[in-house]
Amino acid sequence: MSRHVFGLAVLLAVLPARAAEKEPVRVGFLTVNSGALAAGGRQMGEGLTLYLKEHGNKLAGRSIEVVTLDTAGQPATTRTRTQEAVERYKVHVIIGPLAAFEALAINDYVKQVKVPVISPSAAAEDLTQRSPNPWFVRAVGSSAQPNQPFGEYAAKTLKYKRIATIGDDFAFGHETTAGFQRAFEDSGGKVVQKQWAPLNVADYGSYVAGIKPDVDAIYASFAGANGLRFLRQYAEYGLKVPVLGNMTTVDEGILKNMGDEALGVVSCGWYSAAIDTPANRKFVEAFRAAHSADPGYYSAGAYTAAMFLDLALQKVHGKVEDKDAFMKALRSLDVQDSFRGPMRIDERGNPVLTVYIRKVERKDGRLQNTVVQTYPGVSQFWKYDPKTFLAQPVYSRDNPKASNLEP
Amino acid sequence: MIRVLLVAAFSLLLLAPALSPSDFYVNVATQILIAAIFALSLNLLVGYGGLISLGHAVYLGVSAYLTIWLVTRAGLSHLPAAVAAVVLTTAMSLLFGILALRATGLGFLMITLALGQILWGLAYRWVSVTGGDNGLSGFQRPQPFGIDLASPRTFYLMTVAVFACAFVLIAVLVRSTFGAGLRGVRDQPRRMQALGWHVWMVRLVAFVAAGFWGAVAGVLYAYYNQFVSPHVLALTNSAEALLMVIAGGAGTLLGPVVGAVVVVMLKNVVSAYVTRWVMLLGLVFVAIVAFMPEGLVPGIDRLRRRRRPAGTT
Repeated sequence: MSRHVFGLAVLLAVLPARAAEKEPVRVGFLTVNSGALAAGGRQMGEGLTLYLKEHGNKLAGRSIEVVTLDTAGQPATTRTRTQEAVERYKVHVIIGPLAAFEALAINDYVKQVKVPVISPSAAAEDLTQRSPNPWFVRAVGSSAQPNQPFGEYAAKTLKYKRIATIGDDFAFGHETTAGFQRAFEDSGGKVVQKQWAPLNVADYGSYVAGIKPDVDAIYASFAGANGLRFLRQYAEYGLKVPVLGNMTTVDEGILKNMGDEALGVVSCGWYSAAIDTPANRKFVEAFRAAHSADPGYYSAGAYTAAMFLDLALQKVHGKVEDKDAFMKALRSLDVQDSFRGPMRIDERGNPVLTVYIRKVERKDGRLQNTVVQTYPGVSQFWKYDPKTFLAQPVYSRDNPKASNLEP
Repeated sequence: MIRVLLVAAFSLLLLAPALSPSDFYVNVATQILIAAIFALSLNLLVGYGGLISLGHAVYLGVSAYLTIWLVTRAGLSHLPAAVAAVVLTTAMSLLFGILALRATGLGFLMITLALGQILWGLAYRWVSVTGGDNGLSGFQRPQPFGIDLASPRTFYLMTVAVFACAFVLIAVLVRSTFGAGLRGVRDQPRRMQALGWHVWMVRLVAFVAAGFWGAVAGVLYAYYNQFVSPHVLALTNSAEALLMVIAGGAGTLLGPVVGAVVVVMLKNVVSAYVTRWVMLLGLVFVAIVAFMPEGLVPGIDRLRRRRRPAGTT
């Protein structure tokens, strides 16, 4: 009898320990499967799946269980989905959500329940600036991060003096344009015209017609399929002024649907599928084999997020349950040889990364963002002092003030 | 008999959080109740007043914005902020009512739609106040009398209390002489006028009452989400409330509540199992309109009556 009791006790003591060892790491993947943002959501899923597949669905010796949740691109739904992930599925870590406003909607909740979030896409500046969250790490650049060196590049390398901007009238458009404008004007250029087009505008005709004909270049900041539609109409109107773009204007995700109108567009980003390094060639080849398309913003972002998860898990030897240690590992990642070049997480959870200046060219029968210049080690604050940077209000439609506008 | 059933159903609602082991279902129940208050308020207009509004999200949204803005930006404490949010939003509904009630039918629908779009645009564009599409965040739930509303269960109980108040008071309103007058104005405005009722005033009072309860739902929404962005003012939100009312049964007390249950459950629970849940949502509404055009509550009532032989009620 006593022997049985002893055996039972041993069994009981061993069972939970073994169970804990074998239990998979549960990842809540917040994506968008329905509505206007669904294309980006699908690409995110492709990036994440590829990384897990390459690693046999096992990171740091633990199998990975992904719970995919559709936020529908609505802040309130995102909040419910996050609660579902945390409270119902007890996820150890969240990868997502897609849109900046979704990430902002769950920011406070995440702080409250203390669940690590790796952002594969949301770029809102304040997530790692004025309202930083110790449980948040961004795998992509902040909105303005690549655009600030790009502003300097436009003024100093391309020698543009006067530029007109046009962009999507929402926070991502505002923040990217603001970063570009600030660095461009600090380097001696002048933004002489700013236009904002509503996200769902049907026709860019009136905006294209309104562009000042005597500018050296225009800077376009579009997301989703808007870059495609804008560039097409721009070409149809026969304008010859060179086009600069933010990363998503000529993102690989939509570049495949573009034609000659995209040729020659110079853009900036924290990634290009055409980065000529062995690590990136390997990634792009694997991605092309799986989805017969080049990886773009969302795919590369989600792939990086999975990589961050992997590296942080390795650092804590798979013990994701020790949240503080895991978060510390995540926040202090320093990757030397990623497919995007070296990356280091700064003290606010944003990566210091390489910014690529890219030019659309036709190679191997398809449009590609050929890298024409790299800026290594770019922080979200660029060359500005973080303290004074943070003391100013967040980049917006009218901040920094455009003092060189011409009527 | 119906009253007993109602009380029993209500007690079950109260018991739900105690029965659920997971915070998730408690939070879904909370969302259902907030949506139900919102739908009940819209039902005053749509169901009892015969005035179809496509801009009702305005009251929920403005009240939510005010609640969070007054606390996080203006530095008010929670109670005065909540009261001010409800009062200001109700005042706004008076203004909007005066504007919108210049028309009925399609004209009324268009004016409410336009007002809703204006406020949506304002929330989107007036970045210095509303935070633009990044919205307002950094809002904590209050702790009245040392009760921590940050806990899903206590917050749920508070929502139940507010919902009970809303349900009972709205029930009293629609059963009062005024409620009869409102239904009369819906069906026979000319006769009501001939009987000496001030038709326009009756509609305006209903409009303001709807705005008031919409504002109450907005305060709860703000507390629940601790975040507000222009999406809350979007047309889809107004349309969703209208769907709740129509699917559940316009002009019935329980209808909007049932509609809220259906919509919130489809949106938040079923979507975890069905990828194409938006399509399912559409199919469910098509089915409701095809088989129970009057809504679920009256429709089920009709089926039940048909099954019984006439005369044995």
